[in-house]
Amino acid sequence: MTHHTSPKAGTAHASAAPMASMGASLTINGTPHQLLIEPWTTLLDLLREQLGLTGTKKGCDHGQCGACTVLLDGRRINSCLKLAVSLDGSEVTTVEGLGQAGRLHPLQAAFIEHDAFQCGYCTPGQICSAAGLIAEGHARSREEVREQMSGNLCRCGAYTNIADAVLEVLEKGDAR
Amino acid sequence: MNPFVYARPDALPEAVRLGATGRAAFLAGGTNLVDLMKENVARPAEVVDINRLALRDIVEIDGGGLRIGALVTNADTAYDERVRRRYPLLCSAILAGASPQLRNAATNGGNLNQRTRCYYFYDVQTPCNKREPGQGCGAIGGANRIHAILGASPQCIATHPSDMCVALAALEAVVRVTGPQGERTIPFEDYHRLPGNEPWKDNTLAPGELVTAIDLPPEGFAAHHTYLKLRDRLSYAFALVSVAVGMRVEEGRVADLRIALGGVAHKPWRRPQAEAAMRGQAPSRELFEAAAQGLLEGAMGQGDNDFKIPLARRAIVRALSQAAAGTPQSQTDKRIA
Ligand SMILES: Cc1cc2nc3c(=O)[nH]c(=O)nc-3n(C[C@H](O)[C@H](O)[C@H](O)COP(=O)(O)OP(=O)(O)OC[C@H]3O[C@@H](n4cnc5c(N)ncnc54)[C@H](O)[C@@H]3O)c2cc1C
Ligand code: SF4
Ligand code: FES
Ligand code: FES
Repeated sequence: MTHHTSPKAGTAHASAAPMASMGASLTINGTPHQLLIEPWTTLLDLLREQLGLTGTKKGCDHGQCGACTVLLDGRRINSCLKLAVSLDGSEVTTVEGLGQAGRLHPLQAAFIEHDAFQCGYCTPGQICSAAGLIAEGHARSREEVREQMSGNLCRCGAYTNIADAVLEVLEKGDAR
Repeated sequence: MNPFVYARPDALPEAVRLGATGRAAFLAGGTNLVDLMKENVARPAEVVDINRLALRDIVEIDGGGLRIGALVTNADTAYDERVRRRYPLLCSAILAGASPQLRNAATNGGNLNQRTRCYYFYDVQTPCNKREPGQGCGAIGGANRIHAILGASPQCIATHPSDMCVALAALEAVVRVTGPQGERTIPFEDYHRLPGNEPWKDNTLAPGELVTAIDLPPEGFAAHHTYLKLRDRLSYAFALVSVAVGMRVEEGRVADLRIALGGVAHKPWRRPQAEAAMRGQAPSRELFEAAAQGLLEGAMGQGDNDFKIPLARRAIVRALSQAAAGTPQSQTDKRIA
């Protein structure tokens, strides 16, 4: 593809004017939503700003930290790098959809049990990522868990306990 | 992010038509394009979402080989049973890159077309010939720890950041593209280019051309291969230097050999003469050192990245010994075998 980076290539002279909003239907945490979305909105901003689902965190906004990890059609992705309009017809699960106070997901319970966080900022992303890891089925050993969780940084350095928590749920095999 | 017109064509001809305006960008997984749009480095007037195109299959090619669709994700490619068994070098290189969640979103077409991670390219406040032709290059004489030691030009010293492409270069894959002029195929060697006087051109795709698939030839070097990646941390970091090796050993001698380097040039780096010099010889440390010498001939540091030259030399020797011994580098246990 040619480079399309010159300032002259901005939007001012686009053949069609940029649309304000587009319709998209997304199922989020089991609830269908009919949404009007500006095309430049990321899934992360849609969740946090438009839908008030602030469990998913914004760390770097550039795919470099994993705090924004959610499950898209069951697979973990970085929501900060997905345009929400492109997800018409998809299902998204955030940490709010995995469990709630009183009916915790086994991973949430294990994180508490193993003291797998300090400030907690990375935790929703870690938990969604771990849910994705378990569903993918490529990790069995501790080494593999560490490698398969490497897309989630923890500035508090709770890695050892995070690996313990994930490994426990993986071995018990009771993740929903 | 700049406002843009969003389109989601259902069929290839429509995508090609929409993509040919010169102001459009194809959107696949979005992991590179959306990032660059946030930084105002990419400012497409139209975003053409290609995710509805039927380019998501991995199929057998007559006479051996595998055709991998442009929209198959990096994860689905690496974990495909046929790829794992027949092309473990490709599987290994993909798994050495990015993170599980990025690989779930990233596609093969996007991986080929991802842009450099040069800091100046990403920062619109600084000069960059790749971003703005004629501005100059901030990296020459600047911070250039991650930059090229081979094939650079006075205009640009950027590297291509992909791991997957290093393996594809060693496998001599073929890129299938469709554009306004129809279909064509591009040998992997000719797909990416050196910066020369036109550093804004990463590759040889014409405007509107779309990668539809990557063809893997029958020879996968499954018995003797390795992907050795060296970086600042053990996971989730781009290569400073990486080496892909595919080797065929017959009766104790090197019958066939491919070596490709990542992190050192504007494209995966090969020197067929260095490979040819090893054919017919028994693997030995001296032979590997001579190959490293051949591959790195003319290498030039830029200051911060001078370390890459001895690092690459040692990495090549190590990778060749791993491949010859049939003990490929693990992408889980990062200790170097
Ligand atoms: C934090 C981070 C770390 C990373 N680490 C690594 C790493 O260690 N190793 C590595 O190899 N990669 C790494 N990556 C890069 C990642 O592999 C790429 O971003 C990804 O492969 C791009 O694929 P995509 O489908 O998301 O492309 P997109 O972002 O959708 O597109 C990228 C470019 O390709 C073009 N394009 C997409 N599909 C096609 C097509 N079919 N035909 C023509 N043009 C097309 C787009 O227009 C765009 O210019 C990293 C990325 C991030 C964010
Ligand atoms: S090395 Fe290339 S990409 Fe980086 S600043 Fe120089 S011209 Fe731009
Ligand atoms: S906020 Fe998405 S990866 Fe950091
Ligand atoms: S608990 Fe603080 S960043 Fe992980």
